[in-house]
Amino acid sequence: MASPSTRGSLALTLSAYAVYAFLYLPLLIVVAYSFNDSRLNAEWVGFTFDWYHKLLHNQEMLKAAGNSLIIATVSAAIATVLGTLAGMALHQFRLRLLPGLVLAPIAMPDILMGVSLLLFFMLLNMSLGLLSIILAHITFCIGFVALSVQARISGIDKSLTEAARDLGATPWVCFRRITLPLLAPGILAGALMAFTLSIDDFVITFFVAGVGSSTLPLQIYSMVKIAVTPEVNAISTLLMVLTLALIMLVSRLSPAALRGS
Amino acid sequence: MRRKTWRRQLLTLPPTGYLLLFFAVPSIIMLFASFRYAGEYGGLAPWYYYEAGEFSLDLTLENWQRLFESEIYLLLFLKSIGYALLTSLLCILLGYPLALMIARRPKRQRDLLLLLVILPFWSNFLVRIYAWMIIFSPAGALTQMVNGLLGLFGLGPVTLMYSTTAVIVTLVYVHLPFMVLPLYANLEKQSPALLDAAQDLGANSWRRFWHVTWPLSLPGIYAGSILVFIPVLGMFAIPDLLGGTDSIMIANVIKQQFVESRDWPFGSVLSMVMTVAAVLVVLLGARLARQGVARG
Repeated sequence: MASPSTRGSLALTLSAYAVYAFLYLPLLIVVAYSFNDSRLNAEWVGFTFDWYHKLLHNQEMLKAAGNSLIIATVSAAIATVLGTLAGMALHQFRLRLLPGLVLAPIAMPDILMGVSLLLFFMLLNMSLGLLSIILAHITFCIGFVALSVQARISGIDKSLTEAARDLGATPWVCFRRITLPLLAPGILAGALMAFTLSIDDFVITFFVAGVGSSTLPLQIYSMVKIAVTPEVNAISTLLMVLTLALIMLVSRLSPAALRGS
Repeated sequence: MRRKTWRRQLLTLPPTGYLLLFFAVPSIIMLFASFRYAGEYGGLAPWYYYEAGEFSLDLTLENWQRLFESEIYLLLFLKSIGYALLTSLLCILLGYPLALMIARRPKRQRDLLLLLVILPFWSNFLVRIYAWMIIFSPAGALTQMVNGLLGLFGLGPVTLMYSTTAVIVTLVYVHLPFMVLPLYANLEKQSPALLDAAQDLGANSWRRFWHVTWPLSLPGIYAGSILVFIPVLGMFAIPDLLGGTDSIMIANVIKQQFVESRDWPFGSVLSMVMTVAAVLVVLLGARLARQGVARG
């Protein structure tokens, strides 16, 4: 006879697996229908690559994908530099302004950053386009990079840098030869996270994008707003594969960075 | 000494400057915009006039008064807070068993099980919403099944798409990992010795959970609830894509003010109220979590 505690833990395990199913089934449905030879996301008709084929000839979608890549690359690069500086500064100094500035954009609902940046760009008479999107993406990525770098720094043994200084290394040499290599996984994890966040962002981009600067998420939004088509399944699947690859990479480099977010 | 301040400026100034310019300044501009008149064709009217050598301000409290003139906006705020609370509650219900199961597994399994929680959360936000649009669509399997069941009792058919149910289910789906991660972090740290002690003192598994595990996990629950509550409060995409006219949230109105009706001053008023609500929730949660830690 099962004791109450094993019965309890069986119930726990079963309900946990049910929640895993809840998390994964919807995404599996999207992937499955992307190979379904039917315009409707209902019955399974047969296997096809048609929707992927159509996607490759969809000029708007290709343009949006190009925009997304440019935006994510540029904003991740700049946010990585600024976020690394911020992460190091937060670790080394007791600062008054920066901690709040790093955390507030993460803690506020996205829509608020979106509309306030829209106001800001309009009052500057800036036309909305790739530049405004990049500036916005850098803003929300800095915090995530900073937290990733900060998490990594606090794990570095202080005696290593002290030893280098004792042996006569200048602060710059010590930084370049000791601190930076040790920090590298944290920085890279932060950079990949920034890239992923940028390529995925919908809410903030929605407000600061202009005509002709559509990104993949905006393109998906305008497609599903009109009708649910299997082409969306195909692009969603591709996007999922891309994000999956990036996240696997981040989790290899720095598991703490993922959990920290 | 001089070198140290120089280094401090080099590290601190660039990120601080960037975030001041692109986060703090826009927020202040929005606060200011809430006191300005709307422009004739959308946008903002000038906030001062300089005529015949005379300078006059042109600001107003009208936008703020409009907030209280009709109860519709306050009710929408309350409704959005209600949705956010309900979503947090359902996330606790679904997330707790998951977090507890992972925390009680052998150490080498935990990372993988946790990664499996995080992965779907990193797939695109719109893709996750879209998945539920397929599931809830009238031709979809779920709707067919529900209506088949209802049909047996001579009821239905119902439509799940464009309903509040669809909105809440999707809100829970999208935000569940935010609850699981802090809960897991908390549960993992709890010492198993406490449960052993309770067992030695004769507590059954239910009492052990209710009197040991649960109270100790309250800080994790508060942290998770904030992480769920805040983004739900600012959500417009899910009601937009899956909701009907009766399930719109306050963020849908904000979006409408900025994009469709282009009434920026009133949109700014609503955004400021949302900012205050979010800050209050964060402060409240941080306080509760601290108390919980102190008691634990």
